[in-house]
Amino acid sequence: MTKTGTPLVEMRDISISFGGIKAVDHVTIDLYPGEVVGLLGHNGAGKSTLIKCLSGAYQKDAGQIFINGEPVEINNPRDARAQNIETIYQTLALADNLDAASNLFLGREIVSAMGFVDESKMESETRKIMARLNPNFRKFAVPVSALSGGQRQSVAIARAVYFNARILIMDEPTAALGPHETQMVSELIQELKAQGLGIFLIEHDIHNVMKLCDRASVMKNGQLVGTVNVADVTDEDLLSMIILGKKPAKAA
Amino acid sequence: MTEAPPPMTARAPSADQHLGPVARFLRATEIDTRLLGMAGALLLIWVGFHLYGAIFNGFGAFLTPRNLWNLSVQTSSIGIMACGMVLIIVTRNIDLSVGAMLGVTAMVMGILQVEILPDYLGLGHPAIWIITVVVGMTLGTAIGCLHGWLIAYRGIPSFIVTLGGLLIWRGSAFLAAGGKTISPVDQTFALLGGGPYGAVGATGSWIVGILGCLGVLWMLRAGRVNRHKHEFPQRPMWAEAFLAAIGCGAIIGAALLVNSYPWPVGILKQYYERQGLPVPEGVFISHGFAIPVLILITVGILMTILMTRTRFGRYVFAIGGNPEAATLAGINTRWMTLKIFALMGMLAGLSGAVASARLNSATNALGVFDELYVIAAAVIGGTSLAGGIGTIYGAIMGALVFQSLQTGMVLIGFDTAVQQIVVGCVLVLAVYLDNFYRSRSK
Repeated sequence: MTKTGTPLVEMRDISISFGGIKAVDHVTIDLYPGEVVGLLGHNGAGKSTLIKCLSGAYQKDAGQIFINGEPVEINNPRDARAQNIETIYQTLALADNLDAASNLFLGREIVSAMGFVDESKMESETRKIMARLNPNFRKFAVPVSALSGGQRQSVAIARAVYFNARILIMDEPTAALGPHETQMVSELIQELKAQGLGIFLIEHDIHNVMKLCDRASVMKNGQLVGTVNVADVTDEDLLSMIILGKKPAKAA
Repeated sequence: MTEAPPPMTARAPSADQHLGPVARFLRATEIDTRLLGMAGALLLIWVGFHLYGAIFNGFGAFLTPRNLWNLSVQTSSIGIMACGMVLIIVTRNIDLSVGAMLGVTAMVMGILQVEILPDYLGLGHPAIWIITVVVGMTLGTAIGCLHGWLIAYRGIPSFIVTLGGLLIWRGSAFLAAGGKTISPVDQTFALLGGGPYGAVGATGSWIVGILGCLGVLWMLRAGRVNRHKHEFPQRPMWAEAFLAAIGCGAIIGAALLVNSYPWPVGILKQYYERQGLPVPEGVFISHGFAIPVLILITVGILMTILMTRTRFGRYVFAIGGNPEAATLAGINTRWMTLKIFALMGMLAGLSGAVASARLNSATNALGVFDELYVIAAAVIGGTSLAGGIGTIYGAIMGALVFQSLQTGMVLIGFDTAVQQIVVGCVLVLAVYLDNFYRSRSK
């Protein structure tokens, strides 16, 4: 399966270092509409750092980012959101003291004509999106600290989905979830993919990668080992890329 | 996905049935139990001091219009600053410099209105107080901006910046006037501090009271309309009526109270002498609400709107709850921090105007230890030092509790040393109770 045309996202030759350590070293990856690209590698391989350059949490030292072929500058999370890039962080990035609606609209509150936050409108919008994503969700009036891991995850996902993302970044979305909720996330990924979103999926579980991703980019020590079509490789191939940092002969 | 969308009820109605009458009442009225607790504590303090005075000193001085009126005026200065301190503490910072900022702004305002402006405008010019207050609040804002910039953009911990500020501004206040006391302040300016002339009188108080009642009714009505629009469950009608009665009752009660405190004889004489009239027999002129109290109430309302109805307020709580999440949500947390400290500085400037007007002078002792009282008021009022939690009304209640304790102990004749011990104990106990309440309500 070779992709043609303009990629939705292209991160070209990205480098970023912290105190002399190259966390990401001249890495190039891309993503097409309706595609799920897995990002694999050990802890500290640079996956999250690379993706944070795209979500605006970090600023790259060198390299370029193209959205639909156009070069863009992403200096902070607002810039990323303006490009319809939404991120579900591993930590979920929820303000525990606020309720689901406040978290969902954090930074993008619905305001009335007078400039006041329209709390009721936000809550009713939250109820609508949650009815779609997690019909069992009932805890709208309590701080998210009172929610279970899965419920918190669904709030974080709702935040990414509600604002019509074109590019979705998911950093280990199923790490803290039970089997049932993991299944729900998988279904959601399939659904969003069918809608034409591009998804970067950071994932440790090779099994999930094989199931959900179209392509996989493997990183080791800040460098890109290679990008492969998942259909062309076995789990062993991927594992050896992660562990040995070598691209399998067949897919190369 | 086959299920019907959830019904638009936050709480299942069946859950109400196995609750006791008190819990059901609280649920229907949606009263904040913490507010209820603080009101209870306040009542306990007031009645306790009154009874203590009545039993041991032969005279209960606390629950008199005169004392309660004075209490309200004394609470104003601390209360105004406590409103700003809530934002600071909610965002996991601290401001130790508010007392010193109050001191230096009051001193600059004193010099300006006593030594500089009269030379240009003439003594008693009506613009003097306006220029003075504007300059004072601007100076406070500027100092706050500097603190905020050092904290947010230079990464110095707020504890250190404001500890330095405490010393710097205290010293600056002393140097500005060469250690002198600046007195007396402009006559119009002095009204900001209260006193018989610095109050709105009986008619004014009734106008304030009626406006307050209309405000309560309007808020209840707006709440119902909004809930109806989004199909949220309504409060039962009796609960609405109860809230209206409590709200309006408290406002009218306060108006009755401040109107039953008459001008003392000396002021009456002065007042009629100025008009060239004899003091009429049995004349009764009410104080009414003091101007500083109205300033505090206005600040409280505006700050509550800011905290609960605007994006700014949302971001304050979000930063307090999870600074990293706030940044990732696109909130400029540094700029927010700077603005919060600037706001605190502005309120310290306003408080400086009120405090120096009340004393009718700017002294070097003005605002000493205020930072501790303000922090204590915010914390007693339920602001969590861990960040993310706090309310403006809580902080004002906290200031009132704090001032009630101090006033009460003075009235019954406790030593300063004993007062300090009691206040210290209450502070620790209040935070302990608050933690206990929080862990149970989770």
